[in-house]
Amino acid sequence: MTRRVMKLVAIGVLSAALAACGGKKPPLARPVPPAPPPVADATPRVAEPPQPVAERIIVPPEPVRDDRISSASLDDLNRNSPLKPVFFDYDSSDINAAGRAVLDENAATLKKYGTWAITIEGHCDERGTAEYNLALGERRAVAARAYLLSTGISADRLRTVSYGKEFPFDPGRDETAFSKNRRAHFVITAK
Amino acid sequence: MTHSSLMLIVGVVAVATVTGQQPTTSPSPQTPPVSQQPSEVATTISSGDTGAPPRFAVPDFIALSNDAETVDVARTIGRVLWDDLNFEREFALIPRDTYASIPAATSIDTVPFDRWRELNADGVVVGTVQKTSVGVRIEARLVNIRTRQTAFGREYTGPVTSKRFFAHTIADEIHQQQRALRGVARTKLTFNSDRSGERVSGPEARTVKEVFIADYDGENQRQVTANRSLNINSVWSPDGRTLAYTSYRNGPPAIFLANIYEGTGDVLTKQGGQNWLPAFSPDGARIAFSSTRDGNTEIYVANRDGSNPRRLTNHGSADVSPTWSPSGAQIAFTSDRTGTPQIYVMGVDGLGLQRITTESYADRPTWSPAPYNEIAYAARTGPGNDIKVKDLATGNVRQLTFGEGTNESPAFAPNGRHLAFMSTRAGRSQIFTVTRDGRDLRQVTRLGNNYQPDWSR
Repeated sequence: MTRRVMKLVAIGVLSAALAACGGKKPPLARPVPPAPPPVADATPRVAEPPQPVAERIIVPPEPVRDDRISSASLDDLNRNSPLKPVFFDYDSSDINAAGRAVLDENAATLKKYGTWAITIEGHCDERGTAEYNLALGERRAVAARAYLLSTGISADRLRTVSYGKEFPFDPGRDETAFSKNRRAHFVITAK
Repeated sequence: MTHSSLMLIVGVVAVATVTGQQPTTSPSPQTPPVSQQPSEVATTISSGDTGAPPRFAVPDFIALSNDAETVDVARTIGRVLWDDLNFEREFALIPRDTYASIPAATSIDTVPFDRWRELNADGVVVGTVQKTSVGVRIEARLVNIRTRQTAFGREYTGPVTSKRFFAHTIADEIHQQQRALRGVARTKLTFNSDRSGERVSGPEARTVKEVFIADYDGENQRQVTANRSLNINSVWSPDGRTLAYTSYRNGPPAIFLANIYEGTGDVLTKQGGQNWLPAFSPDGARIAFSSTRDGNTEIYVANRDGSNPRRLTNHGSADVSPTWSPSGAQIAFTSDRTGTPQIYVMGVDGLGLQRITTESYADRPTWSPAPYNEIAYAARTGPGNDIKVKDLATGNVRQLTFGEGTNESPAFAPNGRHLAFMSTRAGRSQIFTVTRDGRDLRQVTRLGNNYQPDWSR
């Protein structure tokens, strides 16, 4: 809930900035007339409260035919997935700022392809123990799922599974590899 | 499913049947021999030096015919028996490379006992192998070098393929008779391995893991699962006939049972959620495990057939890795309810919670068998983990490994005197055994990567 409020505030700030540039009601399809030359005005204007803007996302009932993503097979889709992995800090299942950005993009993709169902896989690096990592991986998958739920994706489209440290993405044994292995990986299971 | 049986003839009067190993298709049960009354008064061999363990020599057994098979059985039994008797450290085994100067006997009557005395032996284990129409007949004797008395003497018959199992049986019986010690020579390990190198189908490169078993010394490695997915967390039932393990073969992880002498299997967890880390109760009637079926990772106990699952923990944290106390009254497990994973103990009713570790990170508790009252676990000690053991009576913690690679997943031998664990000290992940005081490290797997050992009862 807090994250959504923050997002609304952020959008509000953005729209205020746009308003300051002269556009009154962005986003608009019609051309905007050039701004009038600046007029010296010593009187400070009363700040208007920012206007929240929420663009509704179009979800066509049928996947668009010429869309390469919607026409790909599940295997092809997952091989070059439009859903990007979310990475985690050591021992952590908290979604960080980079993770939120990725999840926002994934949420937009899931809204665009409203029939997709996905499994969110939680993975860990090899430094924790095999047994506890099953729980940590699950917690990471659940954290990613909770974020997607908060964006309005329906629960029945989102399953979780933990693989602990059993399936590292990178078999290396340095932080570069570890940081790639601490992840939530998104697998499209139905479309 | 046929079982070849290994006849065990004790002394000259008592006869017992031991079901033996059938290494061709699937292993057959190895129930302990029926206890017998010895036909003569057993004598215990002690060392000439007070306090020192008695010194034993174990030469190759005597082949009573010259065919290659009989010679091989005789040689194998002598060597395996030497290793088995050496494993428990109750006897000082005289190195085999010093035996060359002693002339080989052609029968037990021609064993040059005075020459073995020159090696300062207190006892010598001698035996014969005789070919029969169906296999071999083995005679084994432990002879007191000073008195020339037979301290232990038994005969066995069985198939040639049971050659290592003959030696394991003799070793366990000598330990029992001489030391009142339950040896582990006939026990087995289970673990999971990626040695097949097969890939799970899917876009990412993911290697299959299958469940394996092996003798305690790493011999006779056998694959148990073959479903080309992720199969982990394998553990033995107390009777050694069933493995419980976690498999992802159907997608979400579920706990499966494999009856390794019947060639049959079953699913323990038929409910939803993810299910991991099974552990049989000491009486074999129940199985504890972790599950997300109610939303969070909690500890459950169900009957062995999966009926009557009950939740024991109820906390928003992760509760995993259950292990039973020897009496079955308590369960130790890992919980991160304080922020880091630590080991806790609770009653099997879920009450009486008690935290027992104060590590930076601790997981995979394993409760020792009686008479020890200890919990072994893996603790983060640096970049990796090390095996530690907490004595529950004194509260003392001892460390068995010291930062060579990472060390995880300890499992006690059924006599509590050894542990198996996974270590990366040799490069890849392999199974090792070590004594409970951290000595006599042995690598038991070498193919591929091998993880999460459990030791049969």
